[in-house]
Amino acid sequence: MSTQVETLNQCGSCASSCHHTAQLTKLGIKIRNWDYTVALAGNPNTGKSTIFNQLTGLNQHVGNWAGKTVSRAEGAFNFNDKKFKLVDLPGTYSLLSTSVDEEIARDFILFGKPDVTVVVADATRLERSLHLVLQVLEITNRAVVALNLMDEAKRNDLTIDVRELTRELGIPVVSMSARRGEGVTELLTAIEKVSLNAFPAQARQLRYGDKKLESAIETLTSNLRETFDDLPNVRWVALRLLEGDESIINAVRTGTLGTMKTETSLRQLTLSEAR
Amino acid sequence: MTLDNLRVGHSAVITNIYNKATERRRLFDLGILPGTRIENVMSSPLGDPIAYRVRSSVVALRREQARLIEIEE
Repeated sequence: MSTQVETLNQCGSCASSCHHTAQLTKLGIKIRNWDYTVALAGNPNTGKSTIFNQLTGLNQHVGNWAGKTVSRAEGAFNFNDKKFKLVDLPGTYSLLSTSVDEEIARDFILFGKPDVTVVVADATRLERSLHLVLQVLEITNRAVVALNLMDEAKRNDLTIDVRELTRELGIPVVSMSARRGEGVTELLTAIEKVSLNAFPAQARQLRYGDKKLESAIETLTSNLRETFDDLPNVRWVALRLLEGDESIINAVRTGTLGTMKTETSLRQLTLSEAR
Repeated sequence: MTLDNLRVGHSAVITNIYNKATERRRLFDLGILPGTRIENVMSSPLGDPIAYRVRSSVVALRREQARLIEIEE
């Protein structure tokens, strides 16, 4: 195995970060027999592709504009003898999607059932980034926040209490300056912990505190469970139904909800319904 | 007063958002909510769209969208 892979030590361009990432082997597109799937989500232009390239050794196009990654890219890496498949998703402000690339991200987090979802947050625009973090936590508690662009934040005299943020969110929060390779090992360690279910805390979940709403959610979730027995996130689906999300309503109506495992199926469904 | 009347360099707090459906959703996703402080940063040469700073980010809105957002200076 080790003869096929490009190890970090042979990678001249990232020599400076070698000693930080000693247990990382970048596997590029050699995606076979992975142990865990990791999704990389986040607002547009927060450095998802930079992190993706750092971990996989691939050369996904990195650019400083929103909407650059319009479909998902996949790669792999090995960390501490475990093999991870990494999926780079298009940037999204929300999982209540309104555009095609946002739907790709949403569908993968919802139906691709990643073992870990890494939400890349922009440290200089933390408030906006946390919105997506909370949405992801409504779907899964197996998540990590990569607080990227910490170098930018420092330059703007911003200090972020990472420990407090970790405590409040109940999931690992890792400071990063991905383009300098800082925080990569910490991120890998957090990903590993969450994959192994070794992170003890409880993820923050929003409760809307409205009795009527909560009882409506309860009725819907138990009905949904009867029809779609392997759905991992019924509460989220119930909320979307209450909100009137057309694509989810259609998916429930046609019975295709549990089977949406690819990024295109929901879209095709929406398109065919529109015709 | 509505957001499209906010002058360059001035800021105000959003009191109501009357935009509908997906547009409303989008504004919320970008952190534009009642109670949020918003500043007119600059206007494009023809005065539409206008760039607003909100929660440390700059967002461009069309005049017809900004007209549906009520503010208080």
